Amino acid sequence: MQNAYGNHSGSSRAHGVARGLGWFSIALGVAEVAAPRALTRALGMDGQESLVRAYGLREIATGSAILRSENPAPWVWGRVAGDALDLATLGAGYRNQNPQQQRNLGLALAAVAGVTAADVWCARALSNGAGQQARLPMRDYRDRSGFPRPPAEMRGAARHLSIPRDMRAPEALQPYRAG
Amino acid sequence: MRALCWHGKNDIRYEQVPDPVIEHPRDAIVRVTSCAICGSDLHLYDGFMPGMKSGDIMGHEFMGEIVDVGPGINGKVKVGDRVVVPFTIICGECEQCRRGNFSVCERTNRNKHIADKVFGHSTAGLYGYTHLTGGYPGGQAEYVRVPYADVGPVKVPNGLSDEQVLFLGDIFPTGWQAVVQCDIEPTDTVAIWGAGPVGQFCVRSAILLGAQQVICIDRLPERLAMAEAGGAIPINFEKESVVERLNDLTNGKGPQKCIDAVGLEAHATATIDSMYDRAKQAMMLETDRPHVLREMIYVCRPAGTISVPGVYGGLLDKVPFGMVMNKGLTIRTGQTHVNRWTEDLLGLIEEGQIDPSFVITHRVPLERGPEMYQTFRDKHDGCIKVVLQP
Ligand SMILES: NC(=O)c1ccc[n+]([C@@H]2O[C@H](COP(=O)([O-])OP(=O)(O)OC[C@H]3O[C@@H](n4cnc5c(N)ncnc54)[C@H](O)[C@@H]3O)[C@@H](O)[C@H]2O)c1
Ligand SMILES: [Zn+2]
Ligand SMILES: [Zn+2]
Repeated sequence: MQNAYGNHSGSSRAHGVARGLGWFSIALGVAEVAAPRALTRALGMDGQESLVRAYGLREIATGSAILRSENPAPWVWGRVAGDALDLATLGAGYRNQNPQQQRNLGLALAAVAGVTAADVWCARALSNGAGQQARLPMRDYRDRSGFPRPPAEMRGAARHLSIPRDMRAPEALQPYRAG
Repeated sequence: MRALCWHGKNDIRYEQVPDPVIEHPRDAIVRVTSCAICGSDLHLYDGFMPGMKSGDIMGHEFMGEIVDVGPGINGKVKVGDRVVVPFTIICGECEQCRRGNFSVCERTNRNKHIADKVFGHSTAGLYGYTHLTGGYPGGQAEYVRVPYADVGPVKVPNGLSDEQVLFLGDIFPTGWQAVVQCDIEPTDTVAIWGAGPVGQFCVRSAILLGAQQVICIDRLPERLAMAEAGGAIPINFEKESVVERLNDLTNGKGPQKCIDAVGLEAHATATIDSMYDRAKQAMMLETDRPHVLREMIYVCRPAGTISVPGVYGGLLDKVPFGMVMNKGLTIRTGQTHVNRWTEDLLGLIEEGQIDPSFVITHRVPLERGPEMYQTFRDKHDGCIKVVLQP
């Protein structure tokens, strides 16, 4: 049997980063859900608590999906989309703030931009080969039919075994037969 | 004795545990010669199923030799008999057992009072599968106590190897029942989601029962290759649109019969094109669990059948029941009524119509179980089915 292992190191690094991002998502999400007021005050986004809370729920959901999923790539891409939304929301508020709030906002923007870079790197690494390498057909099972003859010749070989009445399609759904 | 024990998510240990003893007159003790890791074990390993306790012995797919029997067995099995033990524990006498609905036996769940609360009415006891189904110690061990041993175990002839008959205890009848429930017509297209061990047996069963066209959907090339070897048309859901391909293969009408051999840990397709959709999906659903069910309900031909051997644990989000109702779909599901099928399937094996060992990709000693759980879960090393030897 052939064996075509790829280089796994890139893949496991991306998976490691993905786990980190997953936990980060959950931590940030919990903060946003638990104390939205603290955030909106610091960023001059008063009145937007429910938006922040919704973003928090999004973070928690994405984070736990990344941690649970065997293939975290789509969820990390989901984070990238979320980052874009965060940046847009923060950017929109920048102009009409006092200097202190602008400084806070600037910090927040820089932080999100940094995380976005990590997200994009990780999502790319996961979806480009690196994450998929472990899934190359490593072994060849094309000869594993389990049948003594080609499948086409096996078709219907067990039709003689009676199907119990309670397993049959409901009478009403069986092909109509007159008489 | 030694056994594989559950200690929490991702934590299976090979440990020393007390030897089982006869606790009831209808018990027997089986010395396990071969056992397997099942996709259902992964739901416990991944921490998706409630009701496990630290130290529980895993495993419900096993066979071996009877080494001790209780006084109430009445000669139905004897010391020295070689048996496969179905994963559903049955009494053989209750109303459900008499109807052949073995997986919902009314008497074998020792924790019936809890199950009655959780499910409305209790189902059968299962080996190595949560305290909701009786908390019976499982078969990934050197020895197992087999309750109701006069009715459950299936005697197997010595001419057949362990590997040929082991899967009679679970995945072969499971794939078979999933297809039987579809009541195959010779004109049917059967679409099977999941090319894991259960999906593989669905493919073979659909061919044996005479379906015109069998299609299997997964994303792992080695599993799809094995499904193709058994006569299925493969669809890689990471590379192509499942709904489009299925409609193409059925003149736009959709498959009459759809089988979910994936269960609650389904992956969402990577073909969801916009990132926004992904984020939105993440917001609404904590995981992508019922993804396969939704896809099946959507693509199934009206008046068709949805058969669900895949295991689900609790509540599913956004299952389009309106579609089920308006399309007049039939849904059939359940843990497998193993003993209903073992005689027929053993017959097929003896006649040489099928050799279930085709699915085995890894054979290791029991002590390597913990590592094999991970290999099987992560689908590494081309792993499809692991057989363990105590
Ligand atoms: N009803 C029963 O009595 C019974 C008995 C045994 C197993 N099961 C259940 O059957 C299911 C399958 O078991 P298995 O041993 O084959 O497990 P498995 O985990 O090896 O196989 C599941 C397969 O589904 C594939 N998959 C994931 N998402 C998919 C998607 N969106 N579309 C198509 N395929 C997808 C995976 O890649 C994998 O190959 C599990 O849920 C298991 O608990 C039920
Ligand atoms: Zn099983
Ligand atoms: Zn019963």
